[in-house]
Amino acid sequence: MGKTLLQKVWDLHTVRTLPTGQTQLFIGLHLVHEVTSPQAFDVLRARGWKVARPDRTFATVDHIVPTRERTRPFVDILAEGMIASLERNCRDFGVRLAGLDDDRQGIVHVIGPELGLTQPAMTIACGDSHTSTHGAFGAVAFGIGTSQVRDVLASQCLAMEPMKVRRIRVSGALPPGVYAKDVILTIINRLGVGGGVGYAYEYAGDTLERMSMDERMTICNMSIEGGARVGYINPDDTTFAYIRGRPFAPPGDSFEAARRWWRSMASDPDARYDDDVVIRAEELTPVVTWGVNPGQSVSVTGRVPVDGDSGMDRQALADARGYMGFTGGETIAGMRVDVAFIGSCTNSRLSDLREAARIVRGRHVAPHVKALVVPGSASVKNAAEREGLDDVFRAAGFEWRGAGCSMCLGMNPDKLEGRQVCASSSNRNFKGRQGSPTGRTLLMSPAMVAAAAIAGEVTDVRDFVQEKVGGGG
Amino acid sequence: MEAQRITRIEGSALPMRGNDIDTDRIMPARYLRSVTFEGLEQHLFEDERKGSAAGDKAVHTHPFDDPRYRGATILIVNGNFGCGSSREHAPQGLHRSGVRAVVGESFSEIFFGNSLMIGLPCITAPPERIRELMDLVEKQPNARLRIDLQAGTCESNGFACSIALPPHARQALVSGTWDTTGLLLERYEEVDAVAARLPYVGGF
Repeated sequence: MGKTLLQKVWDLHTVRTLPTGQTQLFIGLHLVHEVTSPQAFDVLRARGWKVARPDRTFATVDHIVPTRERTRPFVDILAEGMIASLERNCRDFGVRLAGLDDDRQGIVHVIGPELGLTQPAMTIACGDSHTSTHGAFGAVAFGIGTSQVRDVLASQCLAMEPMKVRRIRVSGALPPGVYAKDVILTIINRLGVGGGVGYAYEYAGDTLERMSMDERMTICNMSIEGGARVGYINPDDTTFAYIRGRPFAPPGDSFEAARRWWRSMASDPDARYDDDVVIRAEELTPVVTWGVNPGQSVSVTGRVPVDGDSGMDRQALADARGYMGFTGGETIAGMRVDVAFIGSCTNSRLSDLREAARIVRGRHVAPHVKALVVPGSASVKNAAEREGLDDVFRAAGFEWRGAGCSMCLGMNPDKLEGRQVCASSSNRNFKGRQGSPTGRTLLMSPAMVAAAAIAGEVTDVRDFVQEKVGGGG
Repeated sequence: MEAQRITRIEGSALPMRGNDIDTDRIMPARYLRSVTFEGLEQHLFEDERKGSAAGDKAVHTHPFDDPRYRGATILIVNGNFGCGSSREHAPQGLHRSGVRAVVGESFSEIFFGNSLMIGLPCITAPPERIRELMDLVEKQPNARLRIDLQAGTCESNGFACSIALPPHARQALVSGTWDTTGLLLERYEEVDAVAARLPYVGGF
């Protein structure tokens, strides 16, 4: 009987079984940011501990950084305090830091892969639930809380429980205007926001195999929105080609040895899965969320659910519709938007920005819409500027910002106001998520956000895509 | 590090109805802008409690503002509680407000783990038992619940049900080993041995 990648990685990283019955798991890469680490460093200081493996630890600033005015000290003294705290902690404990002015700075889940820190068959932990992103490389990567950040800092290990594996096979060609974001939103809608609890999701199938690393990261990123703490894709030539030559990639001849090992760690053809799900890519359409969790979504051609629609918890339906201002039965297309946000660890990479720019080129944002693009990293920003994408966005009426998490969670000055409706390429439409206690979020692909910004309302991006390139792409 | 042994939790309860209650709702992100966890208990469910604490008649009284549940130490919830963000600030806020156990249909894994790390048990019971428990507490807010982690029982005023906790969590709580750092630092030569066999650590 073969093994899954998860089992192989788990076995290889197991130190021992703890008296509690949990597995002591070695963590190959610990990514650190300013928001979930200060209390952990304080415990290390109080207990006289060191960071066990500074060579396996890397920090950056992303959650609270302003994306417009970045001179220090920040106007927000709380944000300034947090950044200063991380800088001091990294200095005191010898942790590498890509700080605010570093050209490697950016969202932790964007820079890990960019720098080649993220590699197949690693265990990766970070005090952020979207750590599942790194699973796109065939790493076993998961989010942790601050007490577990403390454990990893002090010991480079975690006390963990094993996971089951659900394989989700996506097959067929994605129609034009349908993206990786639509695939993962569809999966979450079908399996539910709690459907993945206890599971790691292994994404497979020819659709996934044809996807770029950027697209695979979008898929794995939102595993946690389906309740799965881990989501991964077996490493292949696309993965290896992405990693080769990056700053922390295995150098020179060692790359070939690494490649052979990585390939050997992929799931065996006869591996056993605890569950299997199949999704047909040809049937997919652009997806928009209408509710207050990422599973509450419909096709852009669909309507907000009405009472009695199958599979809906009546109370949850009423609550979500009430918050969003729907009565039920409205078409989601035509919903007026006030803000358009392209960014976040889900969709802020170069290919996302290229696709959105393709939609907005030669057009203009609707007069009532505030639109902004927040690249995922300084490196993405620079690359986009070299291609002139910033000019395309500015000419269309978008603001072009510095790298960070920004309006995905509104911990910096980028927030919704009042009951504003935001077309967002981010990952969560929870109540109050984007910084206003009554703000409303509609999740969709970056191309759909671009189209919504132009139209001033939710609209089907397939109309734009066909118009521009005659049905290609 | 010596942690407290947690075997029994007794107290009145507070029902918080609804599935998929996410950690953004439990603790809005703006309160994560601090280098400590102090004072988080003041901001639990803050966005949905606006007007509720002041007794605004137009606003539904939030369970956390309902005087009948004042002093409750056991929170009763439905399914997938604590989903979303990994922020430990959510269980920290609950624990600092006096919550000593959460009983529900199911929990997000990250929330469950974060809670265990601070000695806050997240205990499950079947949906029909949770419904009965919520009904009971709403009818008799002063009812005292007695949870025995070792025996796996929850009882109160003629109500009794069995509760579930994964064996590792039960063991960690009842033996006082839920603060894991000390355990992970024991026998460190074994950790070094694992690191040494990983090609990406030692070099390909």
